[in-house]
Amino acid sequence: MFVLIVGAGRVGAAAARSALASGHEVSVLDDDPLSHERLDAGQPTSWEDAGGRFTVGHGIEIEALLEAGIDRADLFIASTHGDNTNLVIAQIAQQRFGIKHVIARVMDPARAAWYETQGLRTISPTRHAIEMFESALNEITA
Amino acid sequence: MYVIIAGGGKVGWNLTRELLAKNHEVTLLEAGRDRYLTIEQELEHQVQYGDATELWVLERAGIQRADLVIAVTGDDEDNMLICQMAKEKYLCERIIARVNNPRNREWFELLGIQPTVSATDLILRLIEHEVPSYGLVHLLDLRDEQLEIIEVEVAEGSPAASVQVADVKLPEGVLIISILRDGSGFVPKGDTVINAGDEVLLVLDPGLEDSITAQFAGPMT
Repeated sequence: MFVLIVGAGRVGAAAARSALASGHEVSVLDDDPLSHERLDAGQPTSWEDAGGRFTVGHGIEIEALLEAGIDRADLFIASTHGDNTNLVIAQIAQQRFGIKHVIARVMDPARAAWYETQGLRTISPTRHAIEMFESALNEITA
Repeated sequence: MYVIIAGGGKVGWNLTRELLAKNHEVTLLEAGRDRYLTIEQELEHQVQYGDATELWVLERAGIQRADLVIAVTGDDEDNMLICQMAKEKYLCERIIARVNNPRNREWFELLGIQPTVSATDLILRLIEHEVPSYGLVHLLDLRDEQLEIIEVEVAEGSPAASVQVADVKLPEGVLIISILRDGSGFVPKGDTVINAGDEVLLVLDPGLEDSITAQFAGPMT
């Protein structure tokens, strides 16, 4: 499977490394060239030597998306630090490039829930954190 | 009319002032704390503090009853999302979005966000208007209706100069709707003679511009 990940922060970089380790073809797009270091950190070989791809550019720019290989992506992950950027580029991946599997990281649980009802798969770390705090609270006070 | 404006920059603030002066009800949303406090000194309760891409901020501003939502923040993704949610979640009938980077216009259209306003495009149009060598000026695009209104100056020696309106050779789908002469405009009749130097307004189906310029342009020099 060809996986395109936009945004190589903690989440994006870790997801990229584990996708590559699982044998997938992985391309990462980030507008900060230094974010490449997160892909290499603690690894025996560099990201490229391990078979990964890295492109510098912003996920809303069509040239950057094409250079990163969006036209043949099977899975598109939008994991930049901006909720709105993720929601917009995920919809571009769905509607313009017809990518079947698209996931957007959305910190705001309310926006994540609404876009989920519109047919966009979202992951909201905030919602997970809230749920974990709630279950911890229940466990302690039980 | 109840209008919600997202983004209290120069555009949003002044737009709010103008609409209030025209007796509309307006709420301006500004996400920057310092900027909000500055604006609040003048607009008081007509400005609210908050990120307009958050649903509760939009709902607090009363988006359910808004007649028009205008997104003029400096961030295109924010403007797209605000308008998309206004239209699709809150079923607001009218939206206007600002495009900061003209290269993003394609994405606004992809997400069904229209109309859009871009300063770059406005300046380009102004240049077209001020530099006569361009010949043809787009005045209005009615995209949904598939119609355009353009303005063209009649050059000396062009096929249309000194010819009656009915005799100008125009393709199907083009109609002369007005003539501007000596600073005033009028609606011509079939026997009105077009003069060199007139500015002619035409309504047309998109894509017919090229077939029109030949009629109004002067002989090649």
